[in-house]
Amino acid sequence: MSDDGRVAVRKTYKLYVGGAFPRSESGRTYEVFSAHGGFLANAALASRKDARDAVVEARKAVPGWSGASAYNRGQVLYRVAEMLEGRRAQFVAEVADAEGLKPRPAGEVVDAAIDRWVWYAGWSDKIHQVRGSSNPVAGPYFDFSVPEPTGVVAVVAPPDSSLLGLVSVVAPIIVTGNTAVVVASEERPLPAITLAEVLATSDLPGGVVNLLTGRAAEIAPWLASHMDVNAIDLAGVTDEELATELEAAAAENLKRVVRPPAAPPDWAPDPGLDRMLAFLETKTVWHPVGI
Amino acid sequence: MGFDYAPAPESASIVDIAPSYGLYIAGEMVDPVDGTRFKTVNPATEEVLSEVAAAGPEDVDRAVAAARAAYDGTWSRLPARARGKYLYRLARILQERSRELAVLESIDNGKPIRESRDVDLPLVAAHFFYYAGWADKLDHAGFGPDPRPLGVAAQVIPWNFPLLMLAWKIAPALACGNTVVLKPAETTPLTALAFADICRQADLPPGVVNIVTGAGDTGRALVEHPGVDKVAFTGSTEVGRQIARSVAGSRKKVTLELGGKAANIVFDDAPLDQAVEGIVNGIFFNQGHVCCAGSRLLVQESIVDDLLDHLKRRLGTLRLGDPLDKNTDIGAINSPEQLARIRELSSVGEAEGAERWSPPCDLPDRGYWFPPTLFTGVSQAHRIAREEIFGPVLSVLTFRTPAEALEKANNTPYGLSAGVWTEKGSRILWMAQRLRAGVVWANTFNRFDPASPFGGYKESGYGREGGRHGLEAYLDV
Repeated sequence: MSDDGRVAVRKTYKLYVGGAFPRSESGRTYEVFSAHGGFLANAALASRKDARDAVVEARKAVPGWSGASAYNRGQVLYRVAEMLEGRRAQFVAEVADAEGLKPRPAGEVVDAAIDRWVWYAGWSDKIHQVRGSSNPVAGPYFDFSVPEPTGVVAVVAPPDSSLLGLVSVVAPIIVTGNTAVVVASEERPLPAITLAEVLATSDLPGGVVNLLTGRAAEIAPWLASHMDVNAIDLAGVTDEELATELEAAAAENLKRVVRPPAAPPDWAPDPGLDRMLAFLETKTVWHPVGI
Repeated sequence: MGFDYAPAPESASIVDIAPSYGLYIAGEMVDPVDGTRFKTVNPATEEVLSEVAAAGPEDVDRAVAAARAAYDGTWSRLPARARGKYLYRLARILQERSRELAVLESIDNGKPIRESRDVDLPLVAAHFFYYAGWADKLDHAGFGPDPRPLGVAAQVIPWNFPLLMLAWKIAPALACGNTVVLKPAETTPLTALAFADICRQADLPPGVVNIVTGAGDTGRALVEHPGVDKVAFTGSTEVGRQIARSVAGSRKKVTLELGGKAANIVFDDAPLDQAVEGIVNGIFFNQGHVCCAGSRLLVQESIVDDLLDHLKRRLGTLRLGDPLDKNTDIGAINSPEQLARIRELSSVGEAEGAERWSPPCDLPDRGYWFPPTLFTGVSQAHRIAREEIFGPVLSVLTFRTPAEALEKANNTPYGLSAGVWTEKGSRILWMAQRLRAGVVWANTFNRFDPASPFGGYKESGYGREGGRHGLEAYLDV
């Protein structure tokens, strides 16, 4: 109850799969607390089935999203940034709760996350020229190389940086045309779910980003061993043993693997191209030259 | 009318094979400490060529230590320009000794001299020449200023292009400032050992290149050695999987170039004679021992009869036999194990209902041989349409629409290469965009160049070799 006696309408936090917001098929939830220990909400505790559903949706979204023009993807991602900005106050409050920050530093984190998103949005129609090439082969052939998205990418989001870290791993996956299955920070999932609400209202096709809340140790092994997942980013896996298990499981279909950082990362500095390049393949095309 | 060909053998006197070889560690040929010995044979004659060391764990340990010492002591301290000059030297000596190496390659591997002389060796020298020039230009390669090498690279290569795969591995590694321990394939160690002699002639600092011969155990010891910073492997998807598992949890950077089951797609408007040449080159080049071989021929239904007539007529002109004969098109299968696998999968093809055809073809009495073979009536479910045979065996499937061709071409866990034959430019580009493969050859097939990135999608591995892209595998970026 607030000061004026009005009872607030609380939000139910759910999963984001295929553009919809289902509860976990398992019916399970878990309690989410603020950094100071207060109850915030019940979040869905995603199961193996939820993870598999998310992969199905992510796969379905690949042709449309990877086939969209780079310009179009840039426009959609910029629209996401606009929506983020519009919900700034809500994100500041949620990040402050989740990370135990005062409003001003929480605001700085949210601003950095929005700016990060805009930065990546701009890469959609530039990475090809930076990364592609025409190749001077010793023969009468026109030969060129272009980057192409890897496909479905699973990512375990950073546990601590609930919004900036999340944005810093999701945006580089999708900007180049991949689709994503994201396991949100287990203890700080609420900003991620709000981000999903932003994505759902930003012209981003359903299934491009799918977001699961719950235990990384429970869900990630199913994603790492899933034969229809092409790559996995272990950014948020802090347990070394689990990271090794996940990488070994990923070998089954030779997923591209981004290992966890050696030390807890600082998400603030300019991220460079690494995370985009990790989920790009290079295709080389040859054609004879002649009359 | 038939033509008779007189024998035209290339002289083997240009090569001098020692009765036995040690390991090349820290610039010396040394006997194995805890290794054993095995024989390498000429697959065309079954004659024993030499006895080679199978390095044990202690030997591998010494080789890695030598590479580390060379990395810390000399190679990483050399100016980049000096590294480049060593690579130029290696390129030149490879050119000077190219005939000798081509003959040696054909003797140890079984591939026709026409291919080792005209394809393998020119590409080997070109690869060193190309990466030599990168050594002092890495600042401009797009990986930020002053990109750093990784350290010691463990490199394991296959038997199908022994010296060429060595070049693909060693040239970029050294150009980027790494030192290497390379293990050639068990059945084709001789050109790698000859390369050790070339390192000696080039005065390459000791330990920069180390060569340990042996089989799978040696390779495993090398890849899993805690002292290596980088693993580069070319070979089967199964071994690639094991390597990916074994490096889990480590900080080793890995690139894998694995198997393939490429679709070679022929549309009804393709220039028929050119397409037939491309099909033949696609699957019968190097006896089909090519990871990117065009082993699945997808033909538009309306032209399949005509195309098969042409193709069969062409296969009838292929000459199989002595790899050193300059007129030979198809040489020997590299090993009895590989021959057994090709035979087994071909029998499965028949048993599953596909129709088998080979041209009349006399096989020599000794050695390992398999005639050029094609299967028609193949469905996508057949094992010969799904599994890599790695031999001169072509599976023919048909399609009606471009969408169906694409669907069938991409219906494989592999994604190394693909071919498209059509006179319609927009269709080439449409197909090229949608084929999930690292290399797409349009109106050509099996072209390679040091400036052109090569590598797979999906279970054909990760990382690229060749071109600017190939540097990334050996830099800490």
